[in-house]
Formats: sequence, C-alpha cells, structure tokens
Amino acid sequence: MSVLTHVPAGPPPAAHWVTACPQDRLETEIGLAVLLPDGHQVALFRTRDHHLYAVDNLDPHTGATVISRGIVGDRAGEPTVASPMLKHVFSLRTGQSLDTPGIGLSTWPVRVQGQNVQIATTPHTGPGADTTAPQDPTSPNPPPRATAPDTTRAEEGTP
Amino acid sequence: MEELVVIGNGMVGHRLVEALRERDTARHWHITVVGEEPRTAYDRVALSTYLDGATAQDLSLGDLRGPDVDVHVSEQATSVDRAARTVTTASGRTLPYDRLVLATGSTPFVPPVPGHDLPGCHVYRTIEDLDDLTASAREATTGVVIGGGLLGLEAANALRLLGVQAHVVELAPHLMPAQIDQGAGALLQNLVTDLGVHVHTGTASTAVEAGPDGRAARLMLADGSHLQTDLVVFSVGIRPRDDLARTAGLTLGERGGIVIDDTCTTSDAHIHAIGEAAHHRGTVYGLIAPGNAMAEVLADRLVGGQATFTGADTSTKLKLLGVDVASFGDAHGTTPGALDVVVNDAAGGRYAKLVLSDDATTLLGGILVGDATAYATLRPMVGAPLPGDPLALITPDGEGLSADALPESAQICSCNAVTKGAVTEAIACGAHDVAELKSCTRAGTSCGSCVPMLKQILTQAGIVQSKALCEHFTQSRTELLEIVRATGTTTFSALIETHGTGHGCDICKPAVASILASLGGGHILDGEAATLQDTNDRYLANLQRNGTYSVVPRIPGGEITPDRLIVIGEVARDFGLYTKITGGQRIDLFGARLEQLPAIWRRLVDAGFESGHAYGKSLRTVKSCVGTTWCRYGVQDSVGLAIRLEERYRGLRSPHKLKSAVSGCARECAEARGKDFGIIATETGWNLYVGGNGGFTPRHAQLLAGDLDEDTLIRYIDRFLMFYIRTADRLQRTAPWIEALEGGLDHLREVVVEDALGIADELEAAMARHVDTYTDEWAAVLEDPDKLARFVSFANAPTTPDPAISFTTTRDQPVPGTPTALGMPTLRTSKESTR
Repeated sequence: MSVLTHVPAGPPPAAHWVTACPQDRLETEIGLAVLLPDGHQVALFRTRDHHLYAVDNLDPHTGATVISRGIVGDRAGEPTVASPMLKHVFSLRTGQSLDTPGIGLSTWPVRVQGQNVQIATTPHTGPGADTTAPQDPTSPNPPPRATAPDTTRAEEGTP
Repeated sequence: MEELVVIGNGMVGHRLVEALRERDTARHWHITVVGEEPRTAYDRVALSTYLDGATAQDLSLGDLRGPDVDVHVSEQATSVDRAARTVTTASGRTLPYDRLVLATGSTPFVPPVPGHDLPGCHVYRTIEDLDDLTASAREATTGVVIGGGLLGLEAANALRLLGVQAHVVELAPHLMPAQIDQGAGALLQNLVTDLGVHVHTGTASTAVEAGPDGRAARLMLADGSHLQTDLVVFSVGIRPRDDLARTAGLTLGERGGIVIDDTCTTSDAHIHAIGEAAHHRGTVYGLIAPGNAMAEVLADRLVGGQATFTGADTSTKLKLLGVDVASFGDAHGTTPGALDVVVNDAAGGRYAKLVLSDDATTLLGGILVGDATAYATLRPMVGAPLPGDPLALITPDGEGLSADALPESAQICSCNAVTKGAVTEAIACGAHDVAELKSCTRAGTSCGSCVPMLKQILTQAGIVQSKALCEHFTQSRTELLEIVRATGTTTFSALIETHGTGHGCDICKPAVASILASLGGGHILDGEAATLQDTNDRYLANLQRNGTYSVVPRIPGGEITPDRLIVIGEVARDFGLYTKITGGQRIDLFGARLEQLPAIWRRLVDAGFESGHAYGKSLRTVKSCVGTTWCRYGVQDSVGLAIRLEERYRGLRSPHKLKSAVSGCARECAEARGKDFGIIATETGWNLYVGGNGGFTPRHAQLLAGDLDEDTLIRYIDRFLMFYIRTADRLQRTAPWIEALEGGLDHLREVVVEDALGIADELEAAMARHVDTYTDEWAAVLEDPDKLARFVSFANAPTTPDPAISFTTTRDQPVPGTPTALGMPTLRTSKESTR
C-alpha cells in the first residue's frame, strides 16, 4: 500500500525514494529528521489525524536544522509546525510560513511502503509548491492509529 | 549643555531628576544633585517599614547617577552666589549653574520647651533619626510622641514596632486635626487605643525633665501632671528649609517657605524651588503628591514646556497603625453653607462623612476612617454633581460609585496628578491593560489606590481583556489550571476535546504541559506529554543557535566537591563541550548534539548529578553566598538554606522560570533581591523578598515578611510559589504577577502570611506532594528505552552527526562555526538563557 497525505500538483520528476524509518518508529506529533543522500535534511511528521508530512528540516529564519524538533499543531485547521528556534510557524501542508509571507519550507513527497515510511529525494517544486488537489480521504472508518489512511493517488506507481 | 544644580536629594528632588531625564531627550541639561544625607533619595513615606524589616536599600528610590547626572551625597550646600551663579558646598566644591533648584525639604519642628534637647529626645524624619531612635529604644519600655497628627501616629507606630509602649500627646481636642473632624478623630482614637497606644488629646506639654542619668525621664503636662517615659519623639509639624534662600536674599513667605510662582520659579528667574521648601500662593505643602506635581511642572518648564502648578489636592489616604484614614477636598466643610452627611458607626469601627454644596448636589469633600475603600471613587468626584443618594455612597452595603460617573477632568491618580481624561486618552492610543496604563500615564504607580478605578475605566472603554490562551482555548491559563484540578484531567487531548478546539499549538501545548506537571502529572515525557513540550523540555537540554544543546547539571546552592567538579570537567573534555560558569553558580556545557545527550547524562548521573532544569519553566537555581560557614560578616547559614530550598523546589514546573538566592547578611552578596524569591539573613532570622528578576525589565524584589524562622520561611515560600503557579498567566514572571494582583503586594501578604483566603493548608499540601514525588528527570529517561529512542540525529542514521553543525575554536574552546546552512542567511539569532 502506498500512502500519502499531502497531495502535490504532480509527482516529482524522476523521484527516488529513501526509507526514513519503520512506520511505528514515527510517533504521533514527534518529528524525526531524515538525512537524504545529497545531504539535504527533511523533517518528517505524523499528525494526530494520521497524516504524514515532510518538509525541510532547515529553519530559513535561523539557518539551524531543527524543524523536526518543533511543536506540531494547527492554526485555524491548517496543520502546522513551529520552529523550536524562534517559534516561526509553518504550514505542514504547503511549507509556507504563516508569519512571514514569502518565506517557506520545501515540502517533500512521503509515502508508506510496506512497514516503512519513505521520502522522495526530490522536493515538490519549491517552497509552498502546493497544490490545489483534494486533500484527504474521507474514509468512513478511520484506520487504526499506526496506519495512515489510504490515499493512494498521485504517488502510485512512482518508482 | 546647560548646567542644572539641584540642592536636596529627597523624594521630590529625585522625582525632578527622573522626570527631567525622561523628557530631556535632546540632552540639554547636565544635572548635579547635592544631598546632605549619606545616601541617595529614599521613600520617606514608607519610613516606618524600616523598623518592620525593610532595609535602607528597600526604601531606596534608585540611583540616578548616569552620564548626565552627578549625585553628591553627604554634601551640604552652604551658600548660593546669585551674581556668579554658583553654589558652594561644605567640602569646598563650587558648582556653577545655569538654573538652580532648591528641593531642600523641611525639618521637624521642635517646640522650644525646656529639656527638648536632652538625650532621649528624638525627631522622626530620616533613616538616621530611626537609627538613633532604635538605639534609644533598646533600653526603653515607654515612649511619648508629642503630636497626634499624621507623622505623630507614624512615630507611635515606630515605637510599637520597636517594642516600646507608646503614648501620644496632642494639643488639639482630637487626633489628626489638620485632616479630620472631631467625630472621625474620636473613632480613630478608639481604634488606636485598641491597638495599645495611649492617647492624650487636649493636652499641652510644658517641659521634658531628665532623670538621674541625664536622659529624658518625664514629660511635664500643662495640668501639672506628668508622664513617666524613657524617650520622647517630637512630631508636632515641619518647617520649610529656607535658610539658603534666606541668605541668598530670595523672597520668603511670612511664615517661611521660598515663594514661587505657578512655574515653580522664585524671585530669581534662575532659581526654582519645589516640595516642602516652597511657598506657593500662601501654602507650604507637607505632602508628597503636591511635591511631585511641582517636580513634573518644573521638569516640563526646563525642556521648554508650558506646564503650570496652580495648587494641589491635599487629599490623603493612609494606613496609620493599620487603620485606614482618608481625607479629601473640603473635609472640614469650610465652604459657606456646606452640608454634611455622616455615618458614624462606632461599634463597626467606621466613620464616613461627605461634605456637600448647600443645595446637596455637588460633592465638596469628605473623611473616611476605619474603611477607606470608597476613597478611590469619591475623591475624583470632588466638584462633580452627585450621581444619586449620598448616603448610599458611604454606607457599607451602598452601591458605591463607578468611574463612568466621573467627569474627564476628575483626577484619578492624585499622587501623580493623572486625570480621567489622560487615562481615556492613553486607552485610545492603545494602552490596553493596567500595566500599560501605569507605564504611559504613571497613574497607579505610587500608592496604587486608584488601580481598581483604572480597571473600571478600561472596562467602560470597551476593552475586553481577552484571557484566551490562544485560538484553541478561550480560557486563561489560570482557568485551565482550575479545570484540570476540578476534573482530574490528565492529558492534553482530553482537555482540548472537552474544553478547546482544534489540535493545539506551540502556545497552549507547553502551557498545558506545565499545568499538568505542576499538578503532579508524572514524567514530562510520558506518553502524549512528550508531544506538548518545547524542544528544551522534550530533550531536557537547552537548544542553542546552531541546533546543538547545552547541559547544566544541578549544583545546589553552588556548592560542589572537587571530585564532582572534576567529573564535569572530564565530561566536557571527553565530549568536546564549550564550558562556561553561569550567573546562577553552576556550569553550562555547550555544543552537545542531540544524539550525545544520553551518553553525557549517563556519565553525570553515574557521578551523582541530576538535572539542573536549566531548560524548564521551573526552579533554576538557588544562589548563595558562603554565609556563616566562612564569612566574617555572615549572620546565618546561607549555603545550608540555599541547598535546602533548591532540593525542595527542584523540578517544580511554573508559569515561568523561577530563580532564588540566599544572602547570609545584609551585604547581600548573593543578589537575592534580583530573584523571584530572595532571602536575606537578619540577626534573628530571615527576610523574604518576592518579585525580583533580572533580564529585560529588571525588578527589585519587595519585602514580603521579615525575621522569619526557617520553618515559617519555608511555609511562606511554599504558599507563595503554589499561589503563583495557580494564578499567574502563561509566561508571567512573579513581578508582573504581583503587580497585576488586585491589591498587589499587600494582598499577596494577606494570602501568604495571614491566610486571608483560607487556602494556605491546601497550597502547602500541594507543595508537599511535589516534594514527595520528585524524581530526577534525566535518570528516568536513561532507564526508559522508548524515551531514549528519541535522542537520535536522523531517523535513518541515528548516530550520524548532523553535517550542518560545525565548530571553530575561540579561546581554546569549540564555538559554533559559520552556519553551513546550505547558503541560507541567518536572519535572527537567539540564545536561551540557562542560568
């Protein structure tokens, strides 16, 4: 089963996938940093409603690689992470800063492959490269906690 | 720059310099202050607290010295040369001036009765006078105060505080004849007599006679009788100090005082006079409020303003010997045709009188004794039409009066001459709470009696003080804490589900985590709680600017054995950590990467260290001096107490970080008055100060209670801290919390010392639970594989150091290198304080 939570405009060109960790290693609302082969760092999150998100780990305001250690929450329903450095808040969905227009994090494709969470090695195009695509499954039966909902759409079939 | 010389460093001289410094933004004036007392200005109004545990430092109004202000203490101005425009001082200084200000104040008037200068005869004006009085009182059992006015009753209180049986002898038929009438005086006499003070009104003193030792022993009275006494305090009035002005040839009033016009200028255009030394339109004011008003007017004039002093309100509200006394407007009803409305409740211990215009439509003045709560609303009403039945305004269950009945011109704060109009204007300009009103209008910053009025005006201006914590909770932190207590809620998700909306955020999550922890919610990283914590609490270390953490082991009281010190050094060396001594007497190890923290703490815990909670909104450190253990001057064991306190309150989660210190003597080497709760040793116990802090807005802690034994001290601190935790806002430190409490420090004292709310037992029990259940957070993490698993650099490379972190070497230590941050600019920086 492939899973994503955040539907991008389209699959990244020639994306490769890196396994971040086993699914059960990613605790709800406690982010993890993932090191990509090219040195990029991605912050990986699971929210309370079982969505997976991946954004840059680098806080553009301070230059520190700390976004994965931020507090996860929401602002008017928009899922957010607050940088632990100076508490700038970013949308997990679009990467956009909700405090400073024009600043944002890149968002990265993320999926569940088998028991593992995987991240694409190429981000969606640029910070805030979202996406008007429909957001979410409206599954009548919410899946158990450890399993993200099946939203197999855009990522299906990518290598 | 022009030269301003101020003679006199009392409260009014101090206020002038303060006000001028604030307004003189162009730095036109260089100021030289000459004061004859051995210390800079202090709060003379609160002088009697000096005998109740307060120190000279507590009373100090602060040091004005700065780049443009010189202050000479213990220096007397001896003459003024108006032609040369110079002042000469006793030590031989010649100070040239462009403008001169005489703020020389007054001296107590000592009537020339025989024996008035015997040893054992005192006056009551300065800290030195109190030191003399204290010395005399050591051998005394009885003392007589001559004068039953405001200052006389203050002096009687001083004698009581010194353990001396006090008599008050007043010439007039009742106490405080200048402020109150016969009926009020009679009630005041009853209340004061109940406190053990003997009052003799309508009594003239004729002589002081010496005993065999040559000291004052008897006060002879006009009726031929006498009072046996060990000391005498003269407190019959004050005389303006106008001798310098007299010799300089300035115009004086008939009964003294330097004559000034509405601009506070004397008969010499280069010389001004303010305060009790000045004589304005036939009046010499002996109160602080008119003096402050003159200082403000003069400061304005000195920077080119047009302010005028046209007379001042002599209303007063005081607590004398614990009895409320207030007098305002035409209290004696001297206006022709004035009508009185009086409630005289001798049994209930209260007297209230309103003076009305002859048609009973306008309030002219009034007197309140025993209960002066109506003062705040009544005094600004003077001159305004009465809103309703006058009796209802002064009967205990009357409806009282609200601020919207007041005209814009009504003075809300008489200490600082702030009108209702000025307050509403400040609100219109964006002041949205009492603290902002205080800072931009000064209203409420002196006696504080108008603060309830400020709140009313804010409410009437439609300022809804939103207490909402954030978009997810409409409740304030305090309300959420009460909900958690009442419902026994133990998780954030349960709380937000029942009382909030959404998923939470970086504001409500740590706030609720702190509430749950304060109420004894187990380890702060248990289960869901870990998701609520800021990064510092989540990783039990302090995040630094390059994404690494600093580590602070607890060193209670700053005391450490050489062996343990060596362990810290070895850990720092082995992990390559930058090492620095903090201001809180411990050691901070910087540059630890996330994945190194467990290994570092394994070493520290094995050596007997525990978390220092430098990362938490919790007790940080209790600093100490060496006290009696080593110090030649120490009077108590400050290290022992500091360790006891630090071990008692360690790990206590609170709305903001908490700091403390214990000094072993009045030299205050531990800087306890810069702490949220500071303790200073006295000869007989401990003084407890609260509400101090350093940081962005430094505050001096205020005396909460004096001369406590150690167990009482700890009970009071237990209550203070728990009351703070229960009622403070998120991230509100103790100083603004106390300021925001209705009734301020006095209310806090009632709650903590007198248990006025009846919650002391509950607060102490809550603290006892904290003490009993404390465990070291780091030791617990080291034993829990699930918690340890979070300390990884990368999910897919748990032990790979973050390649974005680099170090360079400065002064032989590692410090953050240039951010490698993939070309990203460093926009801002911050560093969490870890002291």
